[in-house]
Amino acid sequence: MHKCERCSSPATVHITEILGEGKFEEHHLCEGCAQKYFQDTQGKGAGSKALTAEPVSELDEALFGQQECPDCGIKFVDFRNNHRLGCSRDYDVFRAELMPLLENIHGETRHCGKTPRNFPKNKQAEAEMTQLRQRLKRAVDREDYEEAARLRDQLKTLEEA
Amino acid sequence: MNLDSMTHSSGEWLRAFGPEADIVISSRIRLARNLSSFPFTNRANTHQKAEIETYLKARLEKLEFDPRLVYLTLANLTPLDRQLLVERQLISRELANSEGPRGVAVAPNEIISVMVNEEDHIRLQVIRSGFTLDEAWQDADRLDDKLEERVPYAFSEELGYLTACPTNVGTGLRASVMLHLPALVLIKQIEKVFRALQKINLAVRGLYGEGSRASGDFYQISNQVTLGKSETTIINEIRDVIPQIITYERQARQTLTRENHAQVLDRVKRAFGVLKNAAMMTSEETMDLLSSVRLGVNLGLIDDININEVNDLFIHTQPAHLQKILGKELDSEERNSERARFLRDRLREIDGNMN
Repeated sequence: MHKCERCSSPATVHITEILGEGKFEEHHLCEGCAQKYFQDTQGKGAGSKALTAEPVSELDEALFGQQECPDCGIKFVDFRNNHRLGCSRDYDVFRAELMPLLENIHGETRHCGKTPRNFPKNKQAEAEMTQLRQRLKRAVDREDYEEAARLRDQLKTLEEA
Repeated sequence: MNLDSMTHSSGEWLRAFGPEADIVISSRIRLARNLSSFPFTNRANTHQKAEIETYLKARLEKLEFDPRLVYLTLANLTPLDRQLLVERQLISRELANSEGPRGVAVAPNEIISVMVNEEDHIRLQVIRSGFTLDEAWQDADRLDDKLEERVPYAFSEELGYLTACPTNVGTGLRASVMLHLPALVLIKQIEKVFRALQKINLAVRGLYGEGSRASGDFYQISNQVTLGKSETTIINEIRDVIPQIITYERQARQTLTRENHAQVLDRVKRAFGVLKNAAMMTSEETMDLLSSVRLGVNLGLIDDININEVNDLFIHTQPAHLQKILGKELDSEERNSERARFLRDRLREIDGNMN
């Protein structure tokens, strides 16, 4: 995907510098160059843009997309950085930001092609499975393995249906 | 499925058979789909990716679809075999070079491949020789229906099939046609064609997709818009513009034979001569020379080789194919001399058969 902007290795570190007043700056770097980048910005001390940036106001926060998707945990700013969404729910969570973008890319904002035959029959099952997966994760997190095993079986039955 | 046996043929996309096959190499349909209950691939951890792979592998293998699909786990393949699949256009470079659980279900005739855990969980592809977009779409649509019976897709009534990148949302469809346009390149009209295509929102890419150079004068024309139009509208828009490009290329070929006959003949003969005699050959140079030879065959300027033999050489001289054919791994310098030797041998053999 992205190449490091300083050398040609693959970029693994994506940095968004918040410059304030709704402005930000993106950097895509490989690990080596990223380390240098951080040293440089720290070396500059108070002169560094990153450190002197104005405190972000609430309005700016909304603009920067600090809101997080409850399912996959990405913020809109993450999408801006790596141009990929984290899960299908992001289309709802970041709707306000995405719609103008879709309009821009496609000139349209409404699907008019194929619809899955099982739709919306599947929709309920899907919602249920997503919910089960979340409960399963929480059960594992709190080490309630009995509950986890039960949820896993339930999921399996649903998946096979 | 035996990957080694693949190197005996040139695969579907370079068979160059079917309508307008002297210019239209292949037609391709790609559908992007995701499972609704998992995060997209870039956000899934290794455990989740393994779950997605197991889930899809089981369903793809059991799919009641003719031809039956064979699933290849990429983690079990050597880098060379993965590269082989890229050269045959069965998987993307991105999938070959990424990490973690991922794979591809392939039909033995190489017309269909379904990538798992690429940018989207599912990337379904149908590739056919010649100008056959409609047939490719019918296959893809049918396979998509079958898969959808068993797999709950991420779909919204408003935005259609939901994809990791908003540039694919809606139909998730990329329809593309691969063209061989050597004459338009020679008379320096190719840029003009591209500008015209960009104006109507079509993208032009090189041989191996995004960011790749158009080596061998191969160009892929595809749609950019995926939302707000039906699949058939998108396909028709491409299908309707291709005949115009074919006409331009044919006119360019006529102009060349009429006004620059000696120069074109010289170019074709020289290309053939170099291919038959060189001692070192990069794959880029091979592609460019073979492109001239292919043009020469299509214009009737050269009869030492037929079009299928040229097509085979295009694919067999690619790095992974060459190494598989020779049965050993080679560094790039070794490849260049082995490639030259391979070309010399093959062309002498072909020459022998002709006389």
